[in-house]
Amino acid sequence: MDIELRHIHKRFGAVHANNDISAVFHSGQIVGILGENGAGKSTLMKILAGFQPPDSGVILLDGAPAAYGSPEAALSAGIGMLQQDPLDIGAFTVIENFIYGSHLTRREAYRALSAQTERLGFDIDPDALVSTLSIGQRQQLEIVRLLALGVKTLILDEPTTGISTEQKTLLFDALRLLAKRDGMSVLLVSHKLEDVIALCDRAVVLRSGCLVGELDAPLTTADLVQLMFGGELIQQKRKHPGTGDVVAALEGVTLRSRRMTVEPFTLRIRASEVIGLAGLDNSGQELALRACAGLVKPAAGRVMVLGEDMTGKPYRAFMQKGVWFSAAGRLEEGLIAGLTLTEHVALVADSRPLLDWNAARALTEAKLAQYQVRGQPESLVETLSGGNQQRLLMGLLPEKPVLLALEQPTRGLDVDSSQWIWTQLLDRCDVGTAILFTSPDLDELVAHSDRLLVAFAGRITEVPDAASVTIDQLGRMIGGAFQ
Amino acid sequence: MSNELIAIFNSIVANATPLVIAGIGETITERAGVVNLSLDGSIVLAAMVGFVAALASGSVIVGVIAAMLVGALVALIIAAADIDLKQDQVAIGFVLTLLCADLAQFLGQGYTRTPGPQFPFTPLPLLSDVPIFGAILFNHQPQVYVSFALTFAAWYLLFHTRQGLALRAVGERPEAAFARGTNVSRLRYLYVVLGGALVGLAGAAYSLALKPGWSTPPAMRGDGWIALAIVIFGGWHPFRVVFGAYLFAGLRALASAIQRSPDIQIPLVLLNGLPWILMILTLVLVSSGALERLTRALPRPMQRWTRGLLRSDPPAALGTRFEKS
Amino acid sequence: MKMNWMTRLAFALLPIIASLAITALLITLVGSDPRAVFERVFEGAFRNSTAFAGVVNFWIPLVLCSMGLVVTFTAGLWNIGVEGQMMVGAIFASWGAQFLALPAPLQVGAEIALAMAGGAVWASLAGLLKVRLGVHEIFGGVALNALANVWAIYLISGPWQPPEGGSAQATRPFPPDAVLPSISNAFPVSLLGLIIAFLAVVGVALALRGTRWGLQLKATGKNPRSALLLGVPTTQSALTALIVCGVLAGAAGSYRALFTYTSLRPLLTGGIGFLGLLVVLLVGVRAIWTPLVAFAFAVVLGGSTRLRVALQLDQSLAGVLQSTVVLMVLLANGLRRRLSARRSVEAPQPTQTAVDFKQEQTAHE
Repeated sequence: MDIELRHIHKRFGAVHANNDISAVFHSGQIVGILGENGAGKSTLMKILAGFQPPDSGVILLDGAPAAYGSPEAALSAGIGMLQQDPLDIGAFTVIENFIYGSHLTRREAYRALSAQTERLGFDIDPDALVSTLSIGQRQQLEIVRLLALGVKTLILDEPTTGISTEQKTLLFDALRLLAKRDGMSVLLVSHKLEDVIALCDRAVVLRSGCLVGELDAPLTTADLVQLMFGGELIQQKRKHPGTGDVVAALEGVTLRSRRMTVEPFTLRIRASEVIGLAGLDNSGQELALRACAGLVKPAAGRVMVLGEDMTGKPYRAFMQKGVWFSAAGRLEEGLIAGLTLTEHVALVADSRPLLDWNAARALTEAKLAQYQVRGQPESLVETLSGGNQQRLLMGLLPEKPVLLALEQPTRGLDVDSSQWIWTQLLDRCDVGTAILFTSPDLDELVAHSDRLLVAFAGRITEVPDAASVTIDQLGRMIGGAFQ
Repeated sequence: MSNELIAIFNSIVANATPLVIAGIGETITERAGVVNLSLDGSIVLAAMVGFVAALASGSVIVGVIAAMLVGALVALIIAAADIDLKQDQVAIGFVLTLLCADLAQFLGQGYTRTPGPQFPFTPLPLLSDVPIFGAILFNHQPQVYVSFALTFAAWYLLFHTRQGLALRAVGERPEAAFARGTNVSRLRYLYVVLGGALVGLAGAAYSLALKPGWSTPPAMRGDGWIALAIVIFGGWHPFRVVFGAYLFAGLRALASAIQRSPDIQIPLVLLNGLPWILMILTLVLVSSGALERLTRALPRPMQRWTRGLLRSDPPAALGTRFEKS
Repeated sequence: MKMNWMTRLAFALLPIIASLAITALLITLVGSDPRAVFERVFEGAFRNSTAFAGVVNFWIPLVLCSMGLVVTFTAGLWNIGVEGQMMVGAIFASWGAQFLALPAPLQVGAEIALAMAGGAVWASLAGLLKVRLGVHEIFGGVALNALANVWAIYLISGPWQPPEGGSAQATRPFPPDAVLPSISNAFPVSLLGLIIAFLAVVGVALALRGTRWGLQLKATGKNPRSALLLGVPTTQSALTALIVCGVLAGAAGSYRALFTYTSLRPLLTGGIGFLGLLVVLLVGVRAIWTPLVAFAFAVVLGGSTRLRVALQLDQSLAGVLQSTVVLMVLLANGLRRRLSARRSVEAPQPTQTAVDFKQEQTAHE
């Protein structure tokens, strides 16, 4: 199916997410929709897949104007989208997910599912609960589900984030087969050059809501970088490994959650060190990170901070020792919707029982200026943009913490904001703060970590030579392959 | 089995029936992602209206329909307040609990202790002759059989039909349901109102059968809360909800047996506290995860089978609001 | 789009007019004359100083409960157990009234202090059930309410039964030294009760606005997980909020036992705790408006006590009117927001729902 977009516009408040975008996608081609976070790629694709209406503009399918107002209508027009977090239902089994939304009977569904998975080389147990699958498997399920519904255009939103190299290879092979043998259009939304170069016949590059260029294969890094960043690709500087004293340690720690057990491991963190925790979803790295801040109590072993045994103590005790945690979802865990910026600052500023609102407001104004947060002290925190929320969170951290445990510190941020965050973090490292962080983004892990740990199925292992490890190697490790 | 024991089990089934019906109704409502907290009021109001309607018309059928309409109407207010007016469903549910109870007392003031129509006693032919089971299960008024049918119907709807998939999806992940073409708001309206109608039916099962007539304070006061707790205990699964209701009624029967026995000296009034202690205990049992740990002790093939039955996670989107994109 | 003041006035008045209309309709339905009823209620509240004292005597415990509930709502808790906390407060006060014999000025103070302790104990039970055992406070509260009533009935019909026997109606009236004195015969209200109510209003308003504890409650109520990560002791916040509410509810219960009835009796709370929940749902957590709204509710309550005698009408009519008003206001809020299509103003209700009963799951999951 040939798709043509004409003059698509979409605004969210002051942000012009899609600014007059026109493009053509041909069947049988794999097209990369390339751009940094916040460039407008996902918005454009959600418009094409019926999840959002455009403010203006036309979509032509095989030359005929298409008008659909829902994802379901887009599906019946043959366009299906795999979201970054697959839109499946965790409490359903695989087969129930497969049936729901289709017109297949249970028996037909079993047959169709096994036929599709076999053809594409996927491996999914039809009776497993979806909540027990990995992101990679959930993507596979969504792909075969969309195929069974007869889509002729498949959109994938950042499908390579959070999956292993093996799963990526499997995915790419399947996509090639769909485009080359079945003649489907495949649109791959990504901010990763290497993925687009490896897979795509053509690349469409977006920057700040505008379409800034199209390139045909062979794609080269230099050309794409030129289009994406306007020439300058900022290389983050790798830091020297920390050589300070051990400030925090997990000693022979075993961790348990309802879903999994992390086998005993030891991690000693030195001052000024940046340690990356790599792993697929629910492999144990999230638990390890939280254990360092006392948010998960170890089932065995000890947690030490500055030489003191902190095992079993609450997070507040860790905070008083200088260990701070920051979670991935800013408004769910970190900031409090319904509280003003001043109230946030007053909460963490000191511990006097009586509040001095004038002092708190003055302090807030100072912090907002220092951390370049665009907002008023009286405004509610949920009215800030994502980047400003992240900056505020940074401002709420103490000036010289001992250890920062950060869960996906740059999730959902555009390139500028991410860079700003890391500059701030590394500045703190210079004065002795150690950083432990997780990220689904292998680039980020490789770029910033002095040491790397890989979690796979509850086993946590240190990468021997973190300085020279490549993204590809790391991708294999999180999939369970250790050299 | 002695006749006395059979009679006790028979009465347990009868006593549990309104809890079963209300529990199934609330299960359907909550599976769709909405909490109808008003049960303790709406059951009472439905009972009163059902009784008065039956009395006025001389027909229990009219009474049942009226009671179901009351339950559905209360649920409709909750659905509209939640879905379209975006108000807190717990707040609305609580206000309706008080409002319905007071309304029942006010409007029913002329009908206290008035004799009126009741469901007929209808042992099922053939089935009631089955030894023991027949006498326990099929020797009742019709609402008991209706509760059996409702349980299986709800189970079949939830787990074996396409509509059931949509119903559960709306309560688990409405965005995913929307992406598959399900009209989330419409389904929530539908199942909240349907669940409410069953809550109303439970009211009629009191005032036209189990505790016939109308009195102040109403005889079933408090059972609405018990039904809500049973839904949690039941892990939002019809069969477990039924089990919870029977367990509850059984323990109540046990308590009143103890009360009658001459050897044990427990002041009568203290036994009135027993249902509430039981309610707390059952909730603790669920929240401690003891039931789920039970599954892990089973052999693997059985685990998969019992997983659905013993899981106690609430529907993931329960009590949350769905906004399109 | 901002609403002009006329639209806003309309949205403030509409629910009240609608509620009155609905109530009038219901009165007609049971064969009475709405006008006569409303007149009786007004007379019942304002006929003379004694009638007005009746209103104030409802207002004092209602305001105490409401201020306590402002605290728990701020912390995101649905303290339905406030009724039971009142009842246990009354039980503790009654124990003091019957079995303590202190010098006159200390006696009543000790009884009230006991009542506050009793309310706090009952509230912390609901709190412990929530934070330790994962039982949502709505269910814990409902059960504890019932148990408090069972306890009272047991005491009245057993250990504290009047020697002449009786039918579990009430204990014997407390001795004159053990009850709260009236201001005057013409205006039978307890001055001490008024003072405590006034202190509760001022104290809660100041504590929520000006102390770290108050800010921590607010943070816990809005988002416990974030609050925890910002260093708020959320468990402690929830428990202390419940205990403060229990203290105030206990004081309210003591007022009913030591002044209104001068004895312990079943259902002594008269639903005032639940009414407090309605008051707070109506005003949100804005503490300052609470006494005014509570006063309006007390007028309806006090005015309708004589309906049965005068018009053979059940006084549950008061409850019908009150909950209808709250329902209509909540619905009108939703309607207004829908019409104005603005971003939601701060919702007065706590953000948690009845079903979030697994409190202590790790944030990881």
